[in-house]
Amino acid sequence: MAASGHPDRVAVGRLRSTAADAAPLSYPDLLARARAGAVALRERGATELVYLGVSGNAFAQALFASAWAGIPLVPLNYRLGRDQLAELLGRHAGALVVSDLEPPARGPVLTTGAWDALCARPAADADPWRDDQDATAILLYTSGTTSAPKAAVLRHRHLTSYLLGSVEFGAADETHAMLVSVPPYHIAGVSNLLSNVYAGRRIVYLESFTPEGWLESVRDEGVTHALLVPTMLARLTEHLAGPDGHLAGPHAAAVPTLRNLAYGGAKMPAPVLERATRLFPAVDFVNAYGLTETSSTIAVLGPDDHRAALSGDPVAKARLGSVGKLLPGIEAQVRAPDGAVMPEGGIGDVFVRGDQVSGEYRGTASAVDADGWLATRDRGWIDDEGYLFIEGRADDTIIRGGENLAPAEIEDVLLDHPAVAEAAVVGIPDEQWGQDIAAVIVPRAGHAADAGELQAWVRSRLRSAKTPAVIVFRDSLPHTPTGKLLRREVLADLLANP
Amino acid sequence: MTEIAAGQRLRSQACGTEVIVVRAPDQPVELTCGGSPMTAEPAAAGAAARPKPAAGGGGGGGAQLGKRYLDEPTGLELLCTKPGSEVPAADGRALTLKAARPLPASD
Repeated sequence: MAASGHPDRVAVGRLRSTAADAAPLSYPDLLARARAGAVALRERGATELVYLGVSGNAFAQALFASAWAGIPLVPLNYRLGRDQLAELLGRHAGALVVSDLEPPARGPVLTTGAWDALCARPAADADPWRDDQDATAILLYTSGTTSAPKAAVLRHRHLTSYLLGSVEFGAADETHAMLVSVPPYHIAGVSNLLSNVYAGRRIVYLESFTPEGWLESVRDEGVTHALLVPTMLARLTEHLAGPDGHLAGPHAAAVPTLRNLAYGGAKMPAPVLERATRLFPAVDFVNAYGLTETSSTIAVLGPDDHRAALSGDPVAKARLGSVGKLLPGIEAQVRAPDGAVMPEGGIGDVFVRGDQVSGEYRGTASAVDADGWLATRDRGWIDDEGYLFIEGRADDTIIRGGENLAPAEIEDVLLDHPAVAEAAVVGIPDEQWGQDIAAVIVPRAGHAADAGELQAWVRSRLRSAKTPAVIVFRDSLPHTPTGKLLRREVLADLLANP
Repeated sequence: MTEIAAGQRLRSQACGTEVIVVRAPDQPVELTCGGSPMTAEPAAAGAAARPKPAAGGGGGGGAQLGKRYLDEPTGLELLCTKPGSEVPAADGRALTLKAARPLPASD
C-alpha cells in the first residue's frame, strides 16, 4: 500500500549522508528488498530471523522480509553479555542471525552488510504475499526489570489492530521525517517502523543517542517528528540548559523544523518535561504509554493537554502526570487486590483489553484471562474524564505497615530538590514495618546534598509515613538501555552496601 | 453469500478495488462492488475481464487507497488496499467514508 500510495517518497534513510546503512530507500525499494530478503530466508531454510544490531536500513529490511517470508522476527539486545546472548540464541536454533558482533550462534550468521546485499538482489522468484493474521510477526524480549526476560509473542493481527487504531494511512505529508533513537529490540523500535511506513513519514535512524548527534540530525535532515525515552530527553535538556538552566546561547535550542516530540518507555520526571517544554515552546509534546505485550501504545496524552498544563490550568497540570486517554480500541479497568473493579479514582492494578493486546509469551500460557483482560502489572487510577494515571509497577509498591506506597511519588518530590539529579526509592526489609523506605540519590554536580535535609524536604511536602528512613548517595543508578530503572539492582546494591 | 471475517481480503469483479475486512458485520450481508459480488479470488483470476484499476489515490467517486469504509447498520468496516472506480456496498447500501480520527503521532 505504501509503495503504491507514495511511490516517490523515501521510506527510510538520510538525505544528507553517505553511510551505506542510511542510504535513502523509497517505498517501492523497501518492498522489493523485503521480497528479496524473504527469498534469502527461504533459501537458507530459516524458521526465524534474529536481528542483533543497531537501527538502520538493515533492520527495516529485516522486519518486512521476515513478514514476507512468514517467519517471526526476533530483535535481540546488542548490549547483552556473551553468556546471556548465547543462552537466548540457543532458544532460536533454526534462525538466520543478522549481526556484526560475531554472535555465539549455532546456525547461519550474516553481517548487516551481507544481509543488505542479499536484500538488494532482484527478487523475481519471491513467493506471493500470504495473509495469515494469526502468524507470529515478532518475538520481543521484555526488558525484565523485575524478572528474567520473556519473549512476548506479537501476531500480525495484534500489530494490524494497533496500526488501524492509531495511525491514518498516508497521514504524513512528504516533508515529514521522524528521527528514531530507540533501538530495534524495544517495542517502540518495532511499532514506529510500522506506523511511519503506514503514515508515509520518512524514518531517520540515530544509531546511538547523544544530545549533540540528535540535534545535528534534526537540523541536517529537516526532522519534523521525534521519539525519545525520558533519559534521552533528560540528557538533551541538561545539554542545552546546563545544571543552572541557562541556555548556552540564544539559538542553542533552535530546532526550526521540529513540530512533534513523542516520549514514552518509562516514567518521565516532571522537572525534565517542564524544562523540555520551555526549551522547545513551538513543539507539540505527546506522551505515549504502552507495553511490549500490548503492541506498543495504548494511551496518549496529546499536545493540547501539554499546552493547557503550561498555561497554568491546575487540572491540566495534574494531568501532565497522567499517560492520557486510552486509544479508541482499548478498554481499561482498575482492580482491587481481591479482583473487584474499583470505582472511578480508586488506585489499584491496571488491566487492559483490546485487539492489539497479546499478553502471550513463548512457552507459557497466555497472561490474558478468559474475558480478554491483561494485567499490566502497573498500579494506577483513572480520573473522571478518563485520564489514566500510572503510579509505577505493582512489584515496586512498598508496603509499609500495611500501607501501599508508590516509589514514584516520593521520587518526584526528591527530584524537585535542587541538589538531586536522580533518585530511586525502594522498599527495604524492616522488622517493625515489614518494609521501610530507602532512597538512593545521585547528587547534582556542584551541589552538596544532606540526608537530613532531604528527609525534611520530603516530610514537609508529603508526610512522615512517606519519608525515606534511609538515604544513601551514589554516583549513578542502574538503568536499562531505554531508561527504565533497574530497581532490583538498586535494592541488591543497597542490601550489599548499606 | 460469502462469509465475511475480519482480516479477509476481498476483490471487486467490476473494477480495481481491493479491500481488507477490518470489522466483520454483526449480521450476514451481501457485499458487492460495481454491482457484482466481491470475492476472495486472487487478482489473476479473470483480471483480463476487468477494467484497469484507477490510477493514483483513486480520487473522485471511487474507493480510495488507505481509506476506511463503513456500513453503519451492521458495523462492517473495510480498509481499501487497492483503489478502484467503485465503492463497495452492503445489501445495496453504498459504504460511507469513515472520517479520520485526529490522533497525535505517538511513535
